[in-house]
Amino acid sequence: MNVFEMFVDTTFATLHDVLPLAVVLLGFQLLVLRQPIPHLWAVARGFIYVLLGLTLFLVGLQEAIFPLGEVMAKQLTDPHFLYGAAVSVPELIRWQDYAWVYAFAFAIGLATTLAEPALIAVGLKAEQVSGGAISGWGLRIAVSLGVALGVSIGCFRIVTGTDLWLYVIAAYVVVIIQTRFAPRMIIPLAYDSGGVTTSTVTVPLLAALGLGLASTIPGRSPLIDGFGLIAFASVFPIMSVMGYAQISQRIGKSQQTKEADNAL
Amino acid sequence: MWNTFHDAVRPLVEAVRDLTPIIVVILFFQEVVLKQPIPNLGELLQGLLFVLAGLALFIRGLEIGLFPLGEAMAHAFAKKGNISWLLLFAFLLGFSTTVAEPALIAVAGKAAEVAAQSGVIEHNRVSMADYAFDLRMTVALSVGTAIVLGVLRIIFGWPLHICIMTGYILVVAITYFAPEEIIGIAYDSGGVTTSTITVPLVTALGIGLATSIRGRNPVLDGFGLIAFASLLPMIFVMLYGIITA
Repeated sequence: MNVFEMFVDTTFATLHDVLPLAVVLLGFQLLVLRQPIPHLWAVARGFIYVLLGLTLFLVGLQEAIFPLGEVMAKQLTDPHFLYGAAVSVPELIRWQDYAWVYAFAFAIGLATTLAEPALIAVGLKAEQVSGGAISGWGLRIAVSLGVALGVSIGCFRIVTGTDLWLYVIAAYVVVIIQTRFAPRMIIPLAYDSGGVTTSTVTVPLLAALGLGLASTIPGRSPLIDGFGLIAFASVFPIMSVMGYAQISQRIGKSQQTKEADNAL
Repeated sequence: MWNTFHDAVRPLVEAVRDLTPIIVVILFFQEVVLKQPIPNLGELLQGLLFVLAGLALFIRGLEIGLFPLGEAMAHAFAKKGNISWLLLFAFLLGFSTTVAEPALIAVAGKAAEVAAQSGVIEHNRVSMADYAFDLRMTVALSVGTAIVLGVLRIIFGWPLHICIMTGYILVVAITYFAPEEIIGIAYDSGGVTTSTITVPLVTALGIGLATSIRGRNPVLDGFGLIAFASLLPMIFVMLYGIITA
């Protein structure tokens, strides 16, 4: 399929995708709230921008982001790269052989999350909520490390082919225990941050990376092992946000007691 | 004049900021670790340009058209006090924003491809399109339901952590019965659903509600809708897998 055909095809598909939202918003505004649409021209223009933008984005995704994820997965798991041309490829693969895969996953998770605009907003809110006890920057670093660690562990899972649900249940148990001890104000924010941290560009890249790994590593099936990286990237920030809040609270408390001691 | 220009360029700057870290990391690995050329570099660059322009245009469109309207409506419904209209609006808002969510469109298509290659569904365009569509509808239904539950939680003041833990227990219990090939997709769908469109509109609804109901704290009660919206898709997609298996 050439690019032009892809554009036409995608535009029609996209029209279907955006239409429900337009119908809901306009329908409720006119029929239920019985108010005219404010700035009708801007809304119409916005709708056209959304349509064109989504089309371009999806075509670009097919052409660039998906292939990039797959190429990286393929090259990082290539036997020639792993074992060199001269050495024969071992029969049994060991998870240690894929160290660069984990490093790549860590770097991608860290870099994309640090630059995520939604997280900057969450960080600012957390700073307000906690009255400055939690710094926006500290939170961003905590979440980014969480995502980076989560995605590398996710890659480790794909390499070893262990069950996804084992990891997720373990993560849930940790989250539940943390909820018990974390400052109450941070809990809703922490739960929400799990969904917020994975951006529109990162999600497809992670999907392609996981599927690429699962199809190149011997013995793995893309369908069963390939998915799950996004799940890791959404659970880990919940833990790291609560963990960061707990640590800041503890530091804040010990400082307060110190000050109280000094005052005496 | 300067302000309009600034507003129009900002989404492009943000799109560049979204993409730059990915490109830097990939270039580093290509140059330093892999020491291999990137295949089809021309096509890749063209695609990246599309992604950039598309994302910028998309976000700009949301900002000038749909977000102001959606946020105003969310506030209007939150203040109006008619619960059934509010719940219907909440459901349809969650449903329709999810249908238009770019990341979900992309990942659902990928999931259909993988399912076709593994022989779970037939390998032709129609059945793959059907599979992707069903998956997206399941997720959209679940997000709609999640927003309704989240709104009910704000109205009645149920504690968030109890709701979430119940959700976790349900996820674990249903995983036990779900066919193996759906679990990965189901778990991922939770993180996929909540991004560009859903988060701002749904957050506006939550904060608007918590501000207009007496005795609710916008911070404690206003957040948490997204948490529901990332939990319920896992449950619904696994149920879908059980039903179709």
